[in-house]
Amino acid sequence: MPLIAYLTLAALVFAIGLFGVLTRRNAVGILLGIELMLNAVNINLVAFARFHADLAGMIFTLFTIAITVAEVAVGLAIVIVIFRVRRTVEADHLDLLRG
Amino acid sequence: MTAETVAFAGVAVVLLASSLAVVLTPNLFHAVLALALALVATGAVFLLLDAPFLFGVQLLLYAGGVVTIVVFAIMLTERLVGESIRQTSRYIVNGALLSAAVFVGVASFLVQAPAGGPRPAWPGDLTVALGRALVGAYAVPLELLAVLLVLALLGALYFARSEG
Repeated sequence: MPLIAYLTLAALVFAIGLFGVLTRRNAVGILLGIELMLNAVNINLVAFARFHADLAGMIFTLFTIAITVAEVAVGLAIVIVIFRVRRTVEADHLDLLRG
Repeated sequence: MTAETVAFAGVAVVLLASSLAVVLTPNLFHAVLALALALVATGAVFLLLDAPFLFGVQLLLYAGGVVTIVVFAIMLTERLVGESIRQTSRYIVNGALLSAAVFVGVASFLVQAPAGGPRPAWPGDLTVALGRALVGAYAVPLELLAVLLVLALLGALYFARSEG
């Protein structure tokens, strides 16, 4: 398959993830959308690395994956704290900072 | 059609269908299961790109680790209070329009781009090359990553600790 096939697939997954981030009300659901978007970026990185025979893209993918895991751990910890304080994880109800 | 084309088409269909399920299914728990499938399908894309090591990392960290953490978070925030884990969406039309616009924008770049040639042959074993690069040219970023992971876990523990 040519490079453009992988890039198109990644763009589709990215758009789907963006849709999830924009439309989900639940904070955990929003995080799932972010995961999809990060995955699409990883596909791009690996595809470019493979088609240019350059190792750097794959190394970068390893780093992205590890950093994403850290991000999810901290993000979900924040969600749990918010749930303890406000008894909800609906993003619409978390308007404490609204002016 | 070559075997590679068939494999790519199959993986792409699974990946897109499970991604749509992640953002569309009303049951949050089902969304996480669909995410696990999407993550495995992404790993299969890495396999098609001759990166079996990344496939393993994807399975271990994403499909294993992230999904487990998310399931725990759902149990802690939804089940304990007896609420249903159904969720609703809002701004569906606006979200679909914006997502489609982003995709069209990216795709318009893609169709203008010069068609690259076939993938070049990779010299030697990719996993060996990755391992050597990680402890060679990329040793410092790797150590920084270890520090970041420790800090993130400490931070998560700090947030989630029980009071008193």
